Amino acid sequence: MAILVIAEHDNATLKLDTAKVVACAQAIGADVDLLVAGEDCSAVVDAAKQLTGVRKVLVADNAVYGNGIAENLGDLLVSIAADYQHMLATASSLGKDVMPRVAALLDVAQISEVVEVVSEDTFVRPIYAGSALATVQSLDAVKVMTVRSSAFDAVANDGNAEVVSLDGVFNSAVEFVSQTLTKSERPDLGAASVVVSGGRAMGSADNFAILEQLADKLGGALGASRAAVDAGYVPNDLQVGQTGKIVAPDLYIAVGISGAIQHLAGMKDSKVIVAINKDPEAPIFQVADYGLEADLFDAVPKLLELI
Amino acid sequence: MKVLVPVKRVVDANVKVRVNADNTNVDTANLKMAINPFCEIAVEEAVRLKEAGVVSEIVVVTIGPKAAQEQLRTAMALGADRGIHVETDDEFASLSIAKMLNAIQNQEQAQLILLGKQSIDGDNNQTGQMLAALGNMPQATFASEVTVEGDSVIVTREIDGGLQTLKMPMPAVITTDLRLNEPRYAKLPNIMKAKRKPLDTVTVESLGVTLKQHQNIVKVAPPAQRQAGVMVASVEELVEKLKNEAKVI
Repeated sequence: MAILVIAEHDNATLKLDTAKVVACAQAIGADVDLLVAGEDCSAVVDAAKQLTGVRKVLVADNAVYGNGIAENLGDLLVSIAADYQHMLATASSLGKDVMPRVAALLDVAQISEVVEVVSEDTFVRPIYAGSALATVQSLDAVKVMTVRSSAFDAVANDGNAEVVSLDGVFNSAVEFVSQTLTKSERPDLGAASVVVSGGRAMGSADNFAILEQLADKLGGALGASRAAVDAGYVPNDLQVGQTGKIVAPDLYIAVGISGAIQHLAGMKDSKVIVAINKDPEAPIFQVADYGLEADLFDAVPKLLELI
Repeated sequence: MKVLVPVKRVVDANVKVRVNADNTNVDTANLKMAINPFCEIAVEEAVRLKEAGVVSEIVVVTIGPKAAQEQLRTAMALGADRGIHVETDDEFASLSIAKMLNAIQNQEQAQLILLGKQSIDGDNNQTGQMLAALGNMPQATFASEVTVEGDSVIVTREIDGGLQTLKMPMPAVITTDLRLNEPRYAKLPNIMKAKRKPLDTVTVESLGVTLKQHQNIVKVAPPAQRQAGVMVASVEELVEKLKNEAKVI
């Protein structure tokens, strides 16, 4: 039996997360196929077939799949589910939206945010905002899972998979109205090797400019705590935490972030954590490799100067 | 129209939980419990729709131990009209929860079902989507804005990279994100009034659904602890350490 991985893309580029989920699939074993569902996504297919260890790339290129509508994508997945023992997607907003729907239609449970493969039916996943790790054995015939991509290393790009077109078209009553995406030149938050995050103490949206400069200088991405997002300093898709993005970069710099449980859940697997905070009691210092007790408005400009 | 709001009793968001001694679960005995924060946002949204004249009745439902009635009373103090308690001490996979909720929806025939996007204990983020699938209803997950327009509902969703707006026919399932609204506090007179609102207690068996065991929890372990780091005295020292010790810049 084979494993199906759902490719994560924006119709133009394949996200690095997909290569990480393929790595998780390879840890389970068996043949790995990739599904690219989208609209005018031939560039994504070209990138997908190069991923190491992928046997086939299944392509569903149709307008109904262009916006990632869960009903359409879910029905497409159910239509090919009989060929697969495992179905994996990134624990992204798309994977989280579609996979539980697919699982219910197949009458199986779903395992969310897998961080480790123990065997082909047993997986590790965090619970309680990462305060505990549960090892879960699935008793279902088909294992439907979402994978925390930050827990796996991406596979290489020296493959040459066969491309197969799928002709099933599934359209639901859900109507796409509009989409507004945050434009940014910086690397994707989930894929960046450096993340610079700001919290409530940044004080205003304008003050985030110094963090943007720091992020740019380090070639990193910008992140934020919930407080900074709720205050309107930055858009919500920059939120790092239990209910935002989960990141594990080489370097995470937390500026003016106290370090609530919910924020730590999203970044405590970073390799090196730096905290800059003027409160010496802030919980963030308990997980930081390097802590600096200082006013961020003094420290960040100086940091910019020195690196 | 009627709105159904499933809510869950969970350990309070500010409490740090620990794994129990025999590594079978987290130790929740004697911890402060509360209504799951995302469920609270779902209740608030339902109440606002009622205040706007769109909704006529709000039914809250919970599946859990006897003590979970506290959370139903909380939801009723916030403005829900009546409660349904499926009383059980067992823990179920999200799919089984969704099947039970689907049975309740079949009885209630609500036009909208509002749930939190995830519970902060299991962190599964599944129940709403599964309920939508079982009831053959459209779904809008991670909602940050909900507008009812005739027989349709227009929902703005928080997706990776930005926001997306969808329009779907009702009945529909919506799961709430944090930015949908700011839940109100229950006032004392409303807490008193909530005690007299109707609350039906039913058994799992009475719902007439067939449930299976889908998963075994093999063990629950604490995550690896990070080594305590060092405090540096100046920005210069920080940069020096990042360059020469950690070698990350």
